[in-house]
Amino acid sequence: MEHNTTPQSPNESDNQKGSSRRDFLKNIGLAGVGVATGAAALYSGHVFEAKKEVSGDQKVLLTQDGKLVQVDSLEIKALEKSGESLQDSLSREGIPGRRWVMVTDLSKCRNARKCITACQDVHQLRPEQYHMNTLQMQDTPGTAPYNMPKNCQHCDNPPCVSVCPVDATYKRPDGIVLIENNRCIGCRFCMAACPYSARIFNWIEPKDAASHEGQEYSAELNVPQKMGTISKCLFSADRLREGKLPYCVEACPNGVYYFGDQNEDAVTNGTTKETVRLSKLLRDNGAYQLMPELGTKPRVYYLPPKNRLFPFEEATDATPEKA
Amino acid sequence: MTMDDNKLTIDKITADLTHHIRINKGFLLWMGFLTVSLLICLYAYSLQLRNGLGVAGIRDFVTWGMYLSNFVFFVAASLIGMLISAVLGLIGMKWLTPITRIAETIAVAFAAVAGLVIVSDMGRPERLAYVFIYGRPQSPILWDVTVITTYFVLSLLLLFLPMIADMAIIHRKVASLPSWLKPIYKTLSLNFTDQPEQNKIISRSIRILLILLIPAALSIHTVTSWLFAVTSRAGWDSTVFGPYFVSGAFVAGSAAVIIAMYFFRKNYKLQDYLTDLHFNNMGKVLATVSLVYLYFNINEFLVPGYKLKRADAVHLQELFAGKDALMFWLVQIGGLILPILFLLFRRFRKPGPVLLISIAVLIGAWFKRYLIVIPTQEHPFLPIQHVPANFMHYSPTLIETLISVAPFILVLIIITLISKFFPVIPLHETAVEKGIDHIKFD
Repeated sequence: MEHNTTPQSPNESDNQKGSSRRDFLKNIGLAGVGVATGAAALYSGHVFEAKKEVSGDQKVLLTQDGKLVQVDSLEIKALEKSGESLQDSLSREGIPGRRWVMVTDLSKCRNARKCITACQDVHQLRPEQYHMNTLQMQDTPGTAPYNMPKNCQHCDNPPCVSVCPVDATYKRPDGIVLIENNRCIGCRFCMAACPYSARIFNWIEPKDAASHEGQEYSAELNVPQKMGTISKCLFSADRLREGKLPYCVEACPNGVYYFGDQNEDAVTNGTTKETVRLSKLLRDNGAYQLMPELGTKPRVYYLPPKNRLFPFEEATDATPEKA
Repeated sequence: MTMDDNKLTIDKITADLTHHIRINKGFLLWMGFLTVSLLICLYAYSLQLRNGLGVAGIRDFVTWGMYLSNFVFFVAASLIGMLISAVLGLIGMKWLTPITRIAETIAVAFAAVAGLVIVSDMGRPERLAYVFIYGRPQSPILWDVTVITTYFVLSLLLLFLPMIADMAIIHRKVASLPSWLKPIYKTLSLNFTDQPEQNKIISRSIRILLILLIPAALSIHTVTSWLFAVTSRAGWDSTVFGPYFVSGAFVAGSAAVIIAMYFFRKNYKLQDYLTDLHFNNMGKVLATVSLVYLYFNINEFLVPGYKLKRADAVHLQELFAGKDALMFWLVQIGGLILPILFLLFRRFRKPGPVLLISIAVLIGAWFKRYLIVIPTQEHPFLPIQHVPANFMHYSPTLIETLISVAPFILVLIIITLISKFFPVIPLHETAVEKGIDHIKFD
């Protein structure tokens, strides 16, 4: 152990030497900090000055909330977010200030099924996959049968969103319930929870999957569809962003659908393009919602099937054969 | 008891309970059979991975099919560990000693595999990690993942702790042990030498585990029932679903334990340890839990059946007299009412009859989950229209059936391995109960 022994009691001079060495180091340290601070100040001043430089080249850009702004080209920087995640955050934020609402007039529906095909065409759906389906309803044996277009009700208290384990389906401030099929794990709890049977699943490879390969995913259009994930009506969120009516609403030949913004209290008929006051339309026609007793608070209103000027016909359209 | 008697008894117990720990032809054949069967099922799963869940019979309306009812069954069967070890064990029922390890083995095997069953039902199994990365605590699936994992860990510990002493005895006293097994037993024995302090630590830990096990077990099946009960669908929208599921789980688990007891007794020649008394008592346990389950069944069907709200009426009509009536009545009468009646008589609680009754109960229990999960979805609130016929009525496909058989094979493999390489009956506890206070380790 002897070779390990170090001097145990240093004498005075050692002590003094040590303390002067400490002072020296302290001074160097202080000087170093001073130099660094000065350099940093100089550098930030340089950066600040550099920022003030203008190229004179002004660019006109569109901001996220739809305003046009003028920006010097030197101030334009690449986004930290990738394009996809920006798109994702946009589709989660919705369209500011809006509360979308749909009114379906059952007295006008003749089961033309144009809404269905228009929807299926844009959303890459097979004939048996419905975001929108027209059902032949009869409430009780004594009452008249009628056609009822049924899509996602975009509930304000959506059971599907509550049960999703991974936040793949979400409710936007503008009222739309969307799906992000990059996130969906395919557990189908949302399908089990939905009382309106509004959700569908890609059990097999989606229609024309090969032709959509490599296409960037858009949550607002939910295309390309992905095998093993959920799909459903989106209120055509991509069209709303362009200021247009949803695909189904525009395709209807019989004036069944009204669509609009509850905040503006105005809805537009997709066939006649007539805009009417939402509250008056609902009040005058005895509007109702599907299964309001479940507390889901749907954003789709129905006008009862009264005063129909055409007979109810059993649906004659061919039922898809197998899937 | 003299030293010699003591030595004689412990040697005899050790020999009786460990003579099966050797690799023989029967074991290899059985494991080979299980492995080949499992490979066939895995091939079926590879087809599903490639072609999507569409290879199964589930479609947009019946979206949860056999995979999910299978999952419920597996969670149910795993609950028996809690009933036998925790509830009855904490009450202090001495006759349970030789059954506890069988119950825990079944609990561990079914709980471990239940997680895999649910993965087979996922449309995107490769995104399983998203449940942990993006998990939302509002979703009952998160609760289920949490409690099943907890229950599995607790059950595994409860299987292991009483085994520490057994490992010490085996690696010192059993000469015929395959040489590659010895170091494994030595490691698992954690240097146990039967000191009073060691025994105290182990028994105290077991007690804590047993107490923790009760809320964990109640949670796993209650939460599993909530996967259904949190929806508003007729047949699922029920407030008794938690206790209904838990009591049903005890029925399935008790039957599974009796079946396992019978096969271990026969194959491992444990007639002196698993006696007619044990079968008689387990028969009584099965009858009791079945009566509780019958009570919840009456609640579950009579109350909505009395009111006949529109959606409930359709659902009950299908079950009682419609498409599912045959299966429903076979399950309720053959799998529940008749077994209860038979088990009231002592002669039907002998090993042979009680085995047959338990097999009927276990098959009934599986189909019962099928009846809980599937018929409800065939009549949602709004009519099913303009879709192909296979969307309206669910029928499982061959691939789906094979994928559903795979978890059973896995459970059998796990049970076979545990029971083959470890004593089926707790060695140390049995010795203590026979009056051997201290085992001398040479």
